[in-house]
Amino acid sequence: MFLTVTNELFRGFWENIQIFFLTLLFSLPLGLIVCFGSMSRFKPLKYLTRAFVWVIRGTPLMLQLIVIFYGPGLMFGLPSMDRFTAVIVAFAINYACYFSEIYRGGIESIPKGQFEAGQVLGMNKRQIFFKVVLLQVVKRIMAPMSNEVITLVKDTSLSRIIAVYEVIYMGQNFIKKGLIWPLFYTGAFFLVFSGLLTVLFSRLEKKLDYFRG
Amino acid sequence: MTVLQVEGIKKSYNGTPVLKDISFSLEKGQVAAIIGSSGSGKTTLLRCLNFLETPDAGMISVNGKPIFTAGQALTEAQLLQNRLHFGLVFQNFNLFPQYTALENILLAPKLLKKGSEKNLKEQALMLLDQVGLKNKADFYPYQLSGGQQQRVAIARALALSPEVLCFDEPTSALDPELTGEVLRVIRELKSHDRTMVIVTHEIEFAKNVADVIIYMAEGVIEEMGAPECVIDHPQSERTRTFLRGVYDTY
Repeated sequence: MFLTVTNELFRGFWENIQIFFLTLLFSLPLGLIVCFGSMSRFKPLKYLTRAFVWVIRGTPLMLQLIVIFYGPGLMFGLPSMDRFTAVIVAFAINYACYFSEIYRGGIESIPKGQFEAGQVLGMNKRQIFFKVVLLQVVKRIMAPMSNEVITLVKDTSLSRIIAVYEVIYMGQNFIKKGLIWPLFYTGAFFLVFSGLLTVLFSRLEKKLDYFRG
Repeated sequence: MTVLQVEGIKKSYNGTPVLKDISFSLEKGQVAAIIGSSGSGKTTLLRCLNFLETPDAGMISVNGKPIFTAGQALTEAQLLQNRLHFGLVFQNFNLFPQYTALENILLAPKLLKKGSEKNLKEQALMLLDQVGLKNKADFYPYQLSGGQQQRVAIARALALSPEVLCFDEPTSALDPELTGEVLRVIRELKSHDRTMVIVTHEIEFAKNVADVIIYMAEGVIEEMGAPECVIDHPQSERTRTFLRGVYDTY
């Protein structure tokens, strides 16, 4: 019995893991683009981006999932996306907005002198960002990023709202068969996974300990 | 030969004039020390020379070639090119914390492809030697004292061989016992014929090292000339008041 349940739950958790990694894959760079938009000196772009971030951060991810999955079909008669794709789109946009604010905080916390030192040494903006500022930003945002990433692990289960068979859905299925413990068991999957992430993040932080700034 | 010529530089922030018609010139190997109280526009002038600020009016020429004329927009590439005529050493060093002393010096020359990796490294080590820090090449900024950090910053600026090297109060952020080592390095640069502009509060040092003293007050050059004239025999009442204030503290 235990093996059957474990198997089923692993099948479900595989969905969570895919959502997790694909979301990171898309939202980490997308967040940087959103961040540049919200810091743009071109005012309309800046305000548009900030309004977008406000909407995405100000409404539930669950609602965004539903809108992205059903919206295009119901509103414009477009063929609806595959469920999994809809989940990735919604998650990537949502997390990109959160990441963008973390990035912005990080970039704005870097002393102006670092940018100016790059400028007087003849570097262009791109070189200053990638060669001077970026690593310092990464070091500074480690803690808030690890928070956000661990939240993402647990948020992946929201995908069930548009019937993606993720781990909690699978666990809940066993209730029909009179079993409640598989549901608790799902919690262990999240605990182990976020435990691994915590270890990974503290290693990364240690790696960046070689400099101060 | 005139290396630097500055003519009629003006700069205001939100309608408040900070620089009102600044003109001066420097010959090759000359050192100008800019003195004056806070808010007199000294730092703004340096920032204009390094194109961290854009003057509202005036002209800047290097080696007889105008590189900036107010009103003529510069392209990004021209701006980057112009900055290379000048080096700037900051009050707060602004070393890049994630790089070692050597890497700090190497970063810009590498990015600007100023030579082969091997040559650049040799040059960087030579510069470190010149500022007396050869044995600190692999140290990160946080492992160095303020004076050492500032000397690395000087080496970093020299690595791009600017025509004019500018210093913005290079010893103001240092503990008093560390100013000597930095001033020594600057004095040594002078003996190598470096053209330099130094904003400083160290009047005695200015008197020793500078060929020209520029006393600024409220955005204008109040008095300019050889140290013996400006510091020992100031003509203007304002200069006299300023210097009296400085020497009174001793």
